[in-house]
Amino acid sequence: MITVNGIHVTFGLGTPLEKHALRGVDLTIPEGQFVTVIGSNGAGKSTFLGALAGDVIAEEGRIAIDGVDVTRWATPKRASLVARVFQDPMVGSCTALTIEENMALAAARGRRRGLGSALRGDRRRHFRERIAELGLGLENRLHDRMGLLSGGQRQAVSLLMATLAGSKILLLDEHTAALDPGTAEFVLGLTRRIVEENRLTTLMVTHSMRQALDYGDRTVMLHEGRIVLDVSGEQRAGLDVPHLLALFAKQRGGEDITDDSLLIG
Amino acid sequence: MSEIAFFGAVEIGLVYALVALGVYLSFRVLDFPDLTVDGSFPLGAAVCATLLVAGVNPWIASLVAALAGSMAGLVTATLNVRFKILHLLASILTMIALFSVNLRVMGRPNVALLMQDTVLTPFYGLGLPDHVVRPLVVLVVVVVIVLLLSRFLNSEFGLAMRATGVNARMARAQGVQTDFHIYAGMALSNGLCALAGALFAQTNGFADVTTGIGTIVVGLAAVIVGETVLPARAILWALVGCVVGSILYRLAVQLALSADAIGLQASDLNLVTAVLVAVALILPRVRLKAASKKREAVR
Repeated sequence: MITVNGIHVTFGLGTPLEKHALRGVDLTIPEGQFVTVIGSNGAGKSTFLGALAGDVIAEEGRIAIDGVDVTRWATPKRASLVARVFQDPMVGSCTALTIEENMALAAARGRRRGLGSALRGDRRRHFRERIAELGLGLENRLHDRMGLLSGGQRQAVSLLMATLAGSKILLLDEHTAALDPGTAEFVLGLTRRIVEENRLTTLMVTHSMRQALDYGDRTVMLHEGRIVLDVSGEQRAGLDVPHLLALFAKQRGGEDITDDSLLIG
Repeated sequence: MSEIAFFGAVEIGLVYALVALGVYLSFRVLDFPDLTVDGSFPLGAAVCATLLVAGVNPWIASLVAALAGSMAGLVTATLNVRFKILHLLASILTMIALFSVNLRVMGRPNVALLMQDTVLTPFYGLGLPDHVVRPLVVLVVVVVIVLLLSRFLNSEFGLAMRATGVNARMARAQGVQTDFHIYAGMALSNGLCALAGALFAQTNGFADVTTGIGTIVVGLAAVIVGETVLPARAILWALVGCVVGSILYRLAVQLALSADAIGLQASDLNLVTAVLVAVALILPRVRLKAASKKREAVR
């Protein structure tokens, strides 16, 4: 469960480039809910996810994960509760390390790292079994460097890595945006499966309204640092992309949507 | 090259292999260009020599020297991590400060170790000539350290340190306290360099404040030569590459200086070093270009 109360984030406070990225966001996500987050460029989607992950510390408001106040926690400390997959496959994994080393790194998330070998025999076997579940034939390439994998393969492994250690929430930051449509479809299907199997409380930021409605069980729209739309259940089931656009336009006071990327998909 | 000159080159190569391992940790593992080395190497020599003159056990003296080097590494890491000073500049500040510190430690520019017991003393007179004993003892120390370091870098802690250098953002998202790993890595790196300085003082019989000049270049040369002759990805082999690179580098320098035909003399050492490092850095690029040209020709 995630509870967010009135968080504010400002970049470059007191400089000419000051940007008030989040202006009082309130959101409560019950255990096991899968929320999709949409919004135009600069709406604050990534900042919101960063604030949940600890990359950005909110200057006002409160963030609690499972009742624990994490507002002041830095990223490494929050990692015991938060698993993430990044938009850029290069950011989410260590390209210079092998697949199994990346997995070992993720498996120790939220745990003390000691001087014992990171790749003992039983752990290697466990990694091999888990990666075989992806059905990509990667179980025979555990010694290959992560950088040798394609973008889609790397996002699939990143998703798997997010589940190797226990976590309360899963944050997906446009994790299919850098992939071709076919691969994106595959990774999204995998996402759905992994979220359901592990019953993870999930937030997925996406650029596509189609994806936002097709996946998960609740959709939230951000605009200029505020939540302007929050639909779930039957109301959401009856929505289609044009409805969503109309709702969005209404929220913005009837102004036209100029951001083409919102209309795609 | 005479037999004595050969063993001498191997010996100094093995001593600087520890510097190469330290430089590998900072430059390669942590991606932290660290020039502190130029100060921590003579610091190790100074601390060790001063303690030996005071009658301290040579192994304890060497250990204390290594700890002193670790402190120097922590100073650089603090300047960078805590106070956000550019890593290169932070290390230069520590390096230049250490010059004064080393003078204070010794109380004079150099200390001679003539009658003092060193870690080598028990091994002299066991039947082998002294110029063979010295590299052998240092070799044992280097082998032990390579094995320990390989184990360390393959541990969970070491893996997190490697991730810190490769992709700090991802490492933090996986719960790695990247700042802490930078402190630990820099302490380890400079501890090794100071240990090298301590061994240098004991094998050569003196400590001098000026021995530190160019240490970083020599260490980097060893790392690069090692990567060129032993392009391995497994940690253990990369570390062995550092050691091999350090020895090869010394042999190359010895060869260059002892070939009368070229007309080089001992004072040309730093020039030869710089040229060798430049060549080692340029060669892989030239090879790459040649390879791509060949491919084009095939097409």
